[in-house]
Amino acid sequence: MLSFLGRRVLFTIPVVLIASFVLFIFVRATFDPTAQLRSSHADSASVAREKERLGLDRPVVVQYGDWLGKFVHGDWGQSERTREPVFGMIRRALWYTVQLIFWGILLSATVSIFVGVYSAVKQYSPLDYTFTGLAFVGLALPPFWFGLIAIEFLAVQPVNWFHLQEPIFSFVGLHSGDSTGFNLDYVRHLALPVLTLTVQIIASWSRFQRAAMLDVLQSDYIRTARAKGVPRRQVIVKHGLRNALIPLVTVMALDIGALFGGLIITETIFSIPGMGRLFYESLLAGDATVLVAWTVVTALFIVAFNLLADVLYGVLDPRVRMA
Amino acid sequence: MTGLDPLLVVEHLSVEFPTDDGALHAVDDVSFAVMPHETLGIVGESGSGKTVTSMAVLGLLPTRARVSGAVRFRGQDLLGMREKDLEKIRGAKIAMVFQDALTALNPAYTVGDQIAEAVTVHNQIGRDALATRVRELLTLVGIPNPSERAEQFPHEYSGGMRQRAMIAMSIANDPDLLIADEPTTALDVTIQAQVLEVFGRIQERTESAIIIITHDLGVVAGVADRVMVMYSGQQVELASVDDLFYNTRHPYTAGLLASLPRLDRRADKADRLHRITGQPPSLVFRPSGCSFHPRCPEARIGGLCTEVVPELREVAQGHLSACHFAQDIFGVERVS
Ligand SMILES: Nc1ncnc2c1ncn2[C@@H]1O[C@H](COP(=O)(O)OP(=O)(O)OP(=O)(O)O)[C@@H](O)[C@H]1O
Ligand SMILES: [Mg+2]
Repeated sequence: MLSFLGRRVLFTIPVVLIASFVLFIFVRATFDPTAQLRSSHADSASVAREKERLGLDRPVVVQYGDWLGKFVHGDWGQSERTREPVFGMIRRALWYTVQLIFWGILLSATVSIFVGVYSAVKQYSPLDYTFTGLAFVGLALPPFWFGLIAIEFLAVQPVNWFHLQEPIFSFVGLHSGDSTGFNLDYVRHLALPVLTLTVQIIASWSRFQRAAMLDVLQSDYIRTARAKGVPRRQVIVKHGLRNALIPLVTVMALDIGALFGGLIITETIFSIPGMGRLFYESLLAGDATVLVAWTVVTALFIVAFNLLADVLYGVLDPRVRMA
Repeated sequence: MTGLDPLLVVEHLSVEFPTDDGALHAVDDVSFAVMPHETLGIVGESGSGKTVTSMAVLGLLPTRARVSGAVRFRGQDLLGMREKDLEKIRGAKIAMVFQDALTALNPAYTVGDQIAEAVTVHNQIGRDALATRVRELLTLVGIPNPSERAEQFPHEYSGGMRQRAMIAMSIANDPDLLIADEPTTALDVTIQAQVLEVFGRIQERTESAIIIITHDLGVVAGVADRVMVMYSGQQVELASVDDLFYNTRHPYTAGLLASLPRLDRRADKADRLHRITGQPPSLVFRPSGCSFHPRCPEARIGGLCTEVVPELREVAQGHLSACHFAQDIFGVERVS
């Protein structure tokens, strides 16, 4: 098991290096950190000075090496837009996104596993058909549209319908005023963005879980368990779900990795200053220093969760562990 | 209950699977009984309904299967029984050894855990006693180093050992009836002999009855008391081993016997291994009359064989055959 883990971890190092190099070149080629200076009609001498200060006059490989050295020490440069240290900006944005992902995944996993198992065990029952129908609707709902619909019909309109003082669900940020921590206010803020981000995830994971469970329930070892006299519920959970979770956990880990940079629309709609919004704002401002760090950090999450998927697969499936 | 009451009675058992083309008759009007301590062999080629028959006995078929007839175990009707009550019989009174031990064992749990589960499902037992019992069962089926082996996963076992582990699991509660579905088919001949020997040992110890399913008449000859021959979901012959081999009363059985490789027959060019020609019939669209007539060397075309479905009847004491011309069939030598 340890050597299995060690090999997987070692393998990610070149992946991370190559990915960050490509991203670095890509952002350098697309955005010019001196663009703002230039558009403010600075003379060519000061532009050149700034270029030298940022090291832009040197070969790109050297620039990358320099950047990498600083990056691993937490010196991620300064935003051209806000003049803040990029490290702090990303750390703050990440915290918001992590909260969304955490609650979103908790909800998605619970609902999907339950729905998937139920649909497989009661295949072709009315409820299975209902879940299937809802899943297809859910898959077809883009978050930008669903988010706006949710705001309209779960927050804005109910105020008129029930003559409320304020909406039950808030749709700006994760807390109101200077409230902090886990409280009712937090839940009222979380509800709509979490719902928006989970709709498509639940739709796809529950379908996936249903298929995996159907597959497992067909297998010979389920029949063996029944032939031993194992009670039905125990057959489904201990023998069925235990094996059906293996592919689902892998898919989950991969999907979660992609969410760190993938909540652009949800965060923008609900004014949550997370990673997605940071990307959107930096992109509009042409903030190259933030964009480089941002793309590399999100890539790191994707790689890390890929690694996690591999490791979990090995933990859950004894046949992989040995290989 | 006297010793002469049958343990298991199967009467007019039929199993159909709905398909797009109509009902697939996997098992068609099969009746047999198993006496205590007896070994019954069920023989037939692939697809003849052997596995479906045994699954029907334990109520393990998928719900879309339509099962009719009666299955009684010690007088209790199993087909109408509630799932909850069936669970108490499965694994405890009637246990099953499955065809393919690699897929029949759960890849996620150790072999020891899976054997232990068979025990704990039906018994309250302490941890130490359970571990001892698992080691005992593994030893009984001839697995060396049982303590270490119990900790291993099915994929770490060889084919023969997996089959033994399956058997260990099935005898965990000293069942009255053990149904073994092709327990040796996937194994090479030496391992096959060892596994069969395990069955012999088990039967001596626990006095359970065994139904052994196989398409290998050689296996049957070695272990069974009586044999039922199945062809396309129907039973065509049922007799004691000796009668079946030396007083064959069905041309299909005769064909099977003739296709056995035999050491006492020289295989020169003129005397190749006999083969039953043709393919087994569709289970959805059955031939008229006797299902075997298209392949039968004795069939009277345009007569009884193509027109009338032969009934299973007693052609000698304890010897049943479903051939119109059962009296005219002579043993193996004639056919080959
Ligand atoms: N779940 C099922 N759904 C539909 N048809 C089935 C199902 N199970 C079995 N059958 C069909 O029933 C027939 C009998 O199958 P069965 O498995 O009993 O054969 P068998 O005698 O055990 O053959 P083998 O020696 O290959 O194991 C086959 O034609 C098979 O396709
Ligand atoms: Mg079979």
